[in-house]
Amino acid sequence: MAVADLTSEQFSRPSPRLWVARQVLLAGVAGPVTVAVVGLTWFATTVGLAAAELGGLAVVTALLWLALRGRYRSWGYAERAEDLLVRRGLLVRRLSVVPYGRMQFVDVTAGPIDRWFGLATVQLHTAAAASDARIPGLATAEAGRLRDRLAALGESQAAGL
Amino acid sequence: MTDRAAGWARLHPLSPLLRFSRAVFVLLVAVAPRTLAGDTGGARHSWPELAVLILAVAAGVVSWVVTRWRVAGSELQIETGFLRRQSIRVPLARVQAVDIVRPLLGRALGLAELRVVVAGSGAGRSRLAYLRDEQAEAVRARLLALAHGLHEETPEPPERPISSVGNGRLVVASLLGTPTVALLGLVAFAGAAAALSGRPAVAVSVLPAIFVVGSAVLTRVNLEFGLSVAEAPDGLRVRGGLLQTRAETIPYGRVQALRWVEPLLWRPLRWCRLEVDVARQRRERGDDSGSNASERALLPVGSPGEVRSLLERVFPGVDPLAPLARRPPARARAKAPLSFRNLGVWYDDRYVVTGGGRVSRTMVVVPLEKVQSLRLVQGPLARRLHLATVHVDLVGRRWRAAARCRDAVEAADLLDRLTELARRARGRSAGPADRRTGGSVGDAG
Repeated sequence: MAVADLTSEQFSRPSPRLWVARQVLLAGVAGPVTVAVVGLTWFATTVGLAAAELGGLAVVTALLWLALRGRYRSWGYAERAEDLLVRRGLLVRRLSVVPYGRMQFVDVTAGPIDRWFGLATVQLHTAAAASDARIPGLATAEAGRLRDRLAALGESQAAGL
Repeated sequence: MTDRAAGWARLHPLSPLLRFSRAVFVLLVAVAPRTLAGDTGGARHSWPELAVLILAVAAGVVSWVVTRWRVAGSELQIETGFLRRQSIRVPLARVQAVDIVRPLLGRALGLAELRVVVAGSGAGRSRLAYLRDEQAEAVRARLLALAHGLHEETPEPPERPISSVGNGRLVVASLLGTPTVALLGLVAFAGAAAALSGRPAVAVSVLPAIFVVGSAVLTRVNLEFGLSVAEAPDGLRVRGGLLQTRAETIPYGRVQALRWVEPLLWRPLRWCRLEVDVARQRRERGDDSGSNASERALLPVGSPGEVRSLLERVFPGVDPLAPLARRPPARARAKAPLSFRNLGVWYDDRYVVTGGGRVSRTMVVVPLEKVQSLRLVQGPLARRLHLATVHVDLVGRRWRAAARCRDAVEAADLLDRLTELARRARGRSAGPADRRTGGSVGDAG
């Protein structure tokens, strides 16, 4: 199947919990920053200036939220018969085709926030440093399944350097 | 004695001396003047240096005593280390190349270092430093025979020279390389700055840059002096070097890519250069500088005809300049104004060739069975222009091959075609039918 004919439905998506995690992270940064900046201004200078800052920060946060949502939506992966497709990126759009036979190893990582939300990142490594096949925000069970499947496929289709 | 019986051998007894020759030299330079001066205060001060010197020699001797190696079965086995024992096993089916390196002092003593090159990083220090010249040659022949699945007593096959570089031309070409272009730019800049500020002293700031460029040129000449390529049934033999010489054997089928480079200042002379990429481990600690040079030339400088015929030997049926006939659409000029004249892509069912380069024209020839992964990338400007780039990912991190700024629809199509062609090429090279490449013994597994 040609790449151009692949529709969004044919790509698997990261877990919706990734979007929740990203928003929590955004709120966790934007909230305290807003409170601190606006509170200090209010306390030290005029209410008008504080309101203007509040507006500005709200706009920035909204833009960040949109960018994060776009990035979250852009992630997708498709397991084809002989290769894995991974697409990502909002401004710079990337689509990687990584043949299973080229796989050197698969890597599953989960940081503290990921673990809190039950998420993990699966990354496929080839002998090329430029290869780019990272899928973030998979539910832990799905990440395990994907890792085992990739490892099995990689072994059965392995090609030498 | 039991060691001997099991086939274990030691390195040459002079190895520690050679190995630490640089450190010893530096220390001697530091110690000698004061010791010779003979004043008592100076003599006392040189004790620390002497202690370090003795320690270094002792460490070298200990390392020699605890190191032994042998070729057993289909493995090269090296055991070394005094405090931290290290046991290295190199499966010969995975050998990418075998090098023999002779440093200047080693040449005087008739000693050589044997390096077994395997792919990947941190693959260990699979090298034997140092052996007698004849022994190094013999071990290399044996390793390569085993790597190709032949009997280990198979004599080294005869070779046929196919190209060598003219040394006069090499010196001129090295002087006209990319560092020189950068230097000229810098000189122009400093000159302008000096003229504008009215302070000629500003121009002096260029001096360090001249030394840097000069040493880069010398390094390159030292590395590529008299470089010659010979063809043998088991691979390409590449030899060269001025002070330190090296001889590499690159098995066919281990060549990951070839690169044709035309630096800016070479263009009036119609010269170009052919470089080869072999899957090598990354630079290791303790490796001396020239040995793992970032670019390995097959022909450091030559006429397009010479380079073309050499390329034809390694990858038959490829025209390195074919991409120039398939340029991206004219609107790509807006995206890549400097490199536009070099852009292009060409492929058939065995190779893909991509063109690029802002200053130098760089054509990368990749056999499709070596392609690791493919990527389609489209930035905001490219999207507006309805363009996209297809990257061809090669082993390691040094070379980039990409069909830049293609029409977006064409790029998606190219991605599909290359994916399919690479898949077929892998199938062919893994199958038992194709043994022409000898070096693909390890690929079947």
